[in-house]
This record gives sequence, C-alpha cells and structure tokens, in this order.
Amino acid sequence: MTDTTAPQTLYDKLWASHRIREESDGTALIYIDRQLLHEVTSPQAFEGLRLAGRKPWRVEANVATCDHNVPTTSLKGGVSSIEDPVSRIQVQTLDKNAAEFGILEFPMGDPRQGIVHVVGPEEGITLPGMTLVCGDSHTATHGALGALAHGVGTSEVEHVLATQCLIQKKMKNMLVKVDGKLAPGVTPKDVILAVIGEIGTAGGTGYAIEFGGQVFRDMSIEGRMTVCNMAIEAGARVGLVAVDEKTIEYVKGRPYAPSGALWDQAVEAWRTLKSDEGAEFDKVVELDGSAIEPQVSWGTSPEMVGAINGRVPDPDQASDSVKAESIRKALQYMGLQPGTPFVDIGVDYIFIGSCTNSRIEDLRAAAQVVKGRKVADSVELAMVVPGSGLVKQQAEAEGLDRIFLEAGFEWRNPGCSMCLAMNADKLPAGKHCASTSNRNFEGRQGAGGRTHLVSPEMAAAAAVAGHFVDVRPLMQEASA
Amino acid sequence: MSLQKFTKFEALVAPMDRANVDTDAIIPKQFLKSIKRTGFGPNLFDEWRYEDVGQPGMDNSQRPLKKDFVLNQPRYQGAKLLLARENFGCGSSREHAPWALKDYGFDVIVAPSFADIFFNNSFKNGILPIVLPADTVERLFQAVYDQEGYALTVDLENQQLIQPDGEPIAFDVDSFRKHCLLNGLDDIGLTLQHRDEIEAFETDYRQRAPWLFAEPAQ
Repeated sequence: MTDTTAPQTLYDKLWASHRIREESDGTALIYIDRQLLHEVTSPQAFEGLRLAGRKPWRVEANVATCDHNVPTTSLKGGVSSIEDPVSRIQVQTLDKNAAEFGILEFPMGDPRQGIVHVVGPEEGITLPGMTLVCGDSHTATHGALGALAHGVGTSEVEHVLATQCLIQKKMKNMLVKVDGKLAPGVTPKDVILAVIGEIGTAGGTGYAIEFGGQVFRDMSIEGRMTVCNMAIEAGARVGLVAVDEKTIEYVKGRPYAPSGALWDQAVEAWRTLKSDEGAEFDKVVELDGSAIEPQVSWGTSPEMVGAINGRVPDPDQASDSVKAESIRKALQYMGLQPGTPFVDIGVDYIFIGSCTNSRIEDLRAAAQVVKGRKVADSVELAMVVPGSGLVKQQAEAEGLDRIFLEAGFEWRNPGCSMCLAMNADKLPAGKHCASTSNRNFEGRQGAGGRTHLVSPEMAAAAAVAGHFVDVRPLMQEASA
Repeated sequence: MSLQKFTKFEALVAPMDRANVDTDAIIPKQFLKSIKRTGFGPNLFDEWRYEDVGQPGMDNSQRPLKKDFVLNQPRYQGAKLLLARENFGCGSSREHAPWALKDYGFDVIVAPSFADIFFNNSFKNGILPIVLPADTVERLFQAVYDQEGYALTVDLENQQLIQPDGEPIAFDVDSFRKHCLLNGLDDIGLTLQHRDEIEAFETDYRQRAPWLFAEPAQ
C-alpha cells in the first residue's frame, strides 16, 4: 500500500482512529474506549441515566474507584469510617451506582483502591492508543502511555456512559520539546513546572500537547505521568508522550493488559503510536533540559513559579497591569514580600502525594532525601499519602514507610487527600505547605492555606530544613 | 437532560475583574460533595463572598458578607451576564462551576478567553460563554464601572450583544452549540440518533483492536 497521506502527529492518529463521524463545521463524534469514574463527578451522571431510563452502552468499558473523599487515617470499617456524613453519602452513592449498573469498582478496603489516575495505569486499565476520559481534569496523566486522555464534565460522563462517544472538535497540535539532559536532583515535576512557567497557565488552551525530545525519551513512564498530569495546568486538556519500548515494558503483565496472541497484536499496533517524521505542529515550544533547575511556586497559579535560587517577583515590574494586579493579589494571599529569596520562605506543612507525585518512584525519591534525617521542629505536619493501596504495599515492602516514620513523617492511606482537601486533610489558613500536588489556587488545600508546588525531592528537603532549599547538595550528600 | 430554550433577553452586567479565575474559586471543594445538580448558587465564589468559611448545610442567608466583593454590591444584584478576564474557568473539570453560576442567575459569561473544559461544560448547562477581543472586554469593563445599571441585550440568534446605545457587538459561536442552546436540546438524544453509525464503527473497531474488547478479569 502506498502511503500518500501527509505525515501525522500522534494526536492526529489517535483522533483519526476513533472518529465515527464529522460534521462540516468540524463537530465530530469520537469513540471512547475507557471511562474512569470516581465519587465526586459521577452521581449526577448516573442519576441522569436513571431519569431518562438509559443503560450504559458498554458497561465493561467503565471502571470506578473512590479517591477524593476517602480518609487517609484509618480505613478500618470501610465506608463507615468516613466521619463526614456528606462525604460518606457520596462514596456510598458510587458503590451503589457501580453495583446497580454492574460496573467494576475498587471500593474502600480493596488493595487496588486509590487515586483514579494512579490506579488506571497500575492495573493495565489504561492502554496505549486508547481514548480515555474521566470526570477529572488530571486525566491527561494517562497520555504518558500514548493514550488520548482528557478530563470531561459530568454531562459528558453521562454522555459517554449512554453512548460510548463524545461530541468534540479536534484540538490543535503543540509540541513541547525538551532536549539535553536533566541535572541530578532535577525531576519531571521541575520540567513541567518550568514548561508552565514558560508558556503560562493558558498557553496550551485549545491544544493537545505532545512532550518530545531527549528529556522525555530518557524519562521513566511514571515521570512522564507527572508531566502529562500537569498539561492541564498549562491549559491543555491533553498531554501525550509517544509509545516506546519503555511504554510496552511498563504495560506488560499488568492485570487488565492483554496477553497471549492479543498482546502481540496490540504491541504491533502500539509501536506505530508516535508522530511521523515531518509531522506539522501548530505551535512548537523548546526548552533546554540541562538549564532547568529545581522549581518552587510562589503564587496562586501554577505559572507563578521560579527556580529555587530565585526571589519572589515585584508586581511593579510586571509587563502589564492585569499581570501586576494578579501578582499583587497572589502575594497578598500568600503573605509574601517582593524580593524575598525562595529559600527564606518557611514551611509549616509537607504534603507528598496526589495524582501528580504519589507513585512508587516519587516515594523512593523523597525517601532518599529523608533517609537518616529528621523533619525540622518548625514543621507542624509532614505526611506521605501513597497513590494507591498497591503503591503503599510496595513502599512498605521496600521499607520506605520506616524511613518516613523515623524522620517524623506520617504514613497515610491512599487517596487525593490534601491536594484538594475534600476529606479531613486540610491545610489551615495562613500556613505554608510544600506540596507535590498540582494546583496552588487560593483555598485549594484548605481555606486560606498557602500552597507551594514542588517535586517530591524538594518537598522532602523542605521538610528537613524547615524552609525551601535547593535539594541538589542534599542529594549529593545522600549518594556520597 | 433537556434545557430551557435560550431566547433574546436583557442582561444586567457584573464585572469580575481578575484573570485566571479558577473553578476552585467559583465553587470551593467542600460543596462538591453534593450528589445533586442544583442548589450551588448560594456558594458561588464562596471564599470571596463570605467572611466565614462555608460548609455544606449552612444557612447562607445568615452568613456575614464581604462587602467589597463585587457580587455583594447592590448595583449588581440580579446580574445575568458576568464580564470576566482571560482564562476564566481554569483548573478542575468540575461541572459544579457552571451549575453554581447558572443557579446564581448567570446565563452569559463574556471574557477574552476561557479554559477549554469550563467552556464546554457551560454550553451543556444553558450558559453561553462569549469570547471577545481583549480591548472590547476592556471597554465593557469601563462602561460597567461608569454606568450603574449597565445592561446588554443578548441576541444569540443573530450572534450579537446590543449595547445601551443600540450598537451591536458581534460574537462567534459554534453552529452546533448555538443550535443546541436555541432549541434546548439534549446532547445524548442527538448522539443516539446516530446509533447505527456508532454500532457499525464499533463492529469494525472490534476487528481492528480486539484487545480492547476482551472481557476483563473481575
């Protein structure tokens, strides 16, 4: 067969292979292979199905777990251990809906329960080449496996349940190319924070971002998940990394991954999941990976971020009045003065967790910094919240829990926890938190709480020092 | 869910003069625990609007208001059009954000740009998000501040906002979404009109990618 078609991007390929129909104005129906459900954005969708007397189109395409509301202290007693009655009802509603419609669920108490974006890849429920949606903006995470994955609203959750399709228009293509080699102590989190700092929190709006270049080729699959996870923080619903041997190796043998002849057939198809030579992107952004330093956010938007050895900016030096006003409001909320070195900002809370940074590699990296050291006295609470029950088990098998506990961290049960504080884990007003999560919005971790986004290594270093600090010298000591 | 038809109406304008208003600000997380679609209006912009920290189940009419917050000012009571800055609705995909805006009484949001998921969610809930050039938005902010009671007539059919002096401002809207809003159509019902095509695609796709259709182990 002669190929006369133009070179395609990875996004173009995924779009084309799932397009059912397209109107002349570009409105298309896209087939959805997998939907992940959690308790917060699904109850109204199930209620909508019931009211209309509709059934799920393909029930086995859906998988559910609870994460946003679950307590991280004790899981003994399952759902009944949730003290907040409103949270408890929401989790019970998911259990009830999953049972009523016959949807596979990992409920509280199941070792596979955890943050939906950790569980999907971990179980092989997310596969390369899939279209995958979830009522959660961090669904972009799954693009690390070469899946077309993005967040949807509750109306669309219902739409996918009822029709297995989504009404969509094609996004534009953006390539974020980071070449070079990351310095030791510089992590995937620092890369994505640097990218967001560069293109801004709306820089990717309307685009599917493919992350390409040496830095992402060298990166582990879990690192790629951290990067794709925060594509939405740059405004892009979709983040993607091309499939390579690492992807295939990662998926192999996972519980819901194909096996036998189907595996071979799948792998053959997955190997084509990369942008063609010469494929055109609507926008290309290039960064030098070797110049990226450990990052820390200082404001109330993920684009308000800088290298650890920098200082809090001065609103009077902003490029325009809207920006200046944003900086002023952010600094007022954060209780920070212009010109303050980041390393002089003290931390009261440490949160290592969230769908961005709660996988086993994240915990190993943080533990390496913490090992043999103590959490500073000035830190009120330092906690580690593994992304899933299986991550927790693995970490305990490796003795990571001991390292954290001996240093003075709390070792918790899996869930979204203080990333968005829907459960009991809240950052009190006025307190500064070194957090490995993804959003530093006002009130995100608790009303009045002050979030600083960092990597697991940087959060661990801040815990030990009691203020932000460049983790790189600490890592050299640890490995010496 | 079928919606009310979107007809021509006059809308009092309220200004939300900050960039990157995120959905955590529009409706804070503690209110996401509801399993209903309604009742979010009293908690719209909760942290900016009230002096205390709001919790589900509170009697919001008894809570102390932050007097400086724009929506607490008497001149903006009854506003149906929210005038906003760039990247409105960024962050979380929570549809509770448009539910809260709609429940409060907003039918239209005008901004230089919107976050994608919020933009999409708005249409599904009978809210019309309108993108206008930044200088036009700036001019509207000035007009709203200068003139108490400033209102625009929203004419979706003809895709224009009509200013008090009768001058129209044209806006773009996706033809499919316009059609749905004008007719109050339910997306699911529309999609299921293509049931045969979806089934045909699925049959073919099952051949192409059989590993996606293998029965998962329970």
